[in-house]
Amino acid sequence: MRPGETEPVFGEPWHAQLFALTVHLNEAGVFVWGDWAERFGATLARHGLARDLDGGDDYYTAWLETLEAFLIELGLTDADRVGQIRAAWEDAYLTTPHGAPVKLGQV
Amino acid sequence: MGCLRIIRRMPHDAHDDHPHSLLPPDPALRVRALETILTGKGLIDPAALDAIIDTYQHRIGPQNGARVVARAWADPAFRARLLADADPVIAEMGLYGRQGEHIVAVENTDTVHNIVVCTLCSCYPWPLLGIPPGWYKSDAYRARVVREPRKVLADFGLTLPQDMAVRVWDSTAEVRYLVIPMRPAGTEGWDEEALMRCVTRDSMIGTGVAARPEAGS
Repeated sequence: MRPGETEPVFGEPWHAQLFALTVHLNEAGVFVWGDWAERFGATLARHGLARDLDGGDDYYTAWLETLEAFLIELGLTDADRVGQIRAAWEDAYLTTPHGAPVKLGQV
Repeated sequence: MGCLRIIRRMPHDAHDDHPHSLLPPDPALRVRALETILTGKGLIDPAALDAIIDTYQHRIGPQNGARVVARAWADPAFRARLLADADPVIAEMGLYGRQGEHIVAVENTDTVHNIVVCTLCSCYPWPLLGIPPGWYKSDAYRARVVREPRKVLADFGLTLPQDMAVRVWDSTAEVRYLVIPMRPAGTEGWDEEALMRCVTRDSMIGTGVAARPEAGS
């Protein structure tokens, strides 16, 4: 804990993307915030058993795990599909010349 | 070893250490995957995501809460209404928004110091304070502040008199709290803008106190 230290709102671009994605899904009516908070709290508690979470990367890692599981629970995707699209993005980054926009092909 | 294979295959630019695009970390790729899947289902609008990020990076932050606090200091009638029922008062100021569904204002006095936590996850009055700082989300704060609030406050450099009561408020998805810190001495007659500069984010969470800017805070 570093009291009073000013810090960027989001530590990493993916923290911001994940945050916005979740807020947007809530506002689109995909889930209510209370149901989200309950699941997120459970994930944080589970992760916190192994070690103290520092509220940074580990906080958003728990957030991501919760959102993936929640979307699967809601029947909106499944683990195989997430893995497949993730791999397609990785491939896109590794095969796109530096400086060019990274785009996903047909998946 | 995909990276090495590509380095051999592609011409290397002397001005560029990365012949291919820099690979984001694993969680970033997983977030990308969720976005792709949900966009494909028509559930999300990428432009809306950008707007949400812009809002919290640039538009909403502790300055909103500071305005509420400054007005409460300057206007006793406003303060009374705020403490009785904060929601309509905050809505009138145009500060109502997501994660501000029900806000309760709690006032520090000579005898009571209030401090806010979310022991479940990180519930926080976004429309007034923006996104919570990392320490608010840490296990160290969330677990300890309930057990030993005075020690946590000491970590923040805040030592309270032993006879001052400490109240810890646990936020939920339904109720968020805003601490109204004590108005610093020597600010009599200051207008709202000047008073705002005395209010820090931490003073509205309860891990700090308001102070005149020249005194440091």
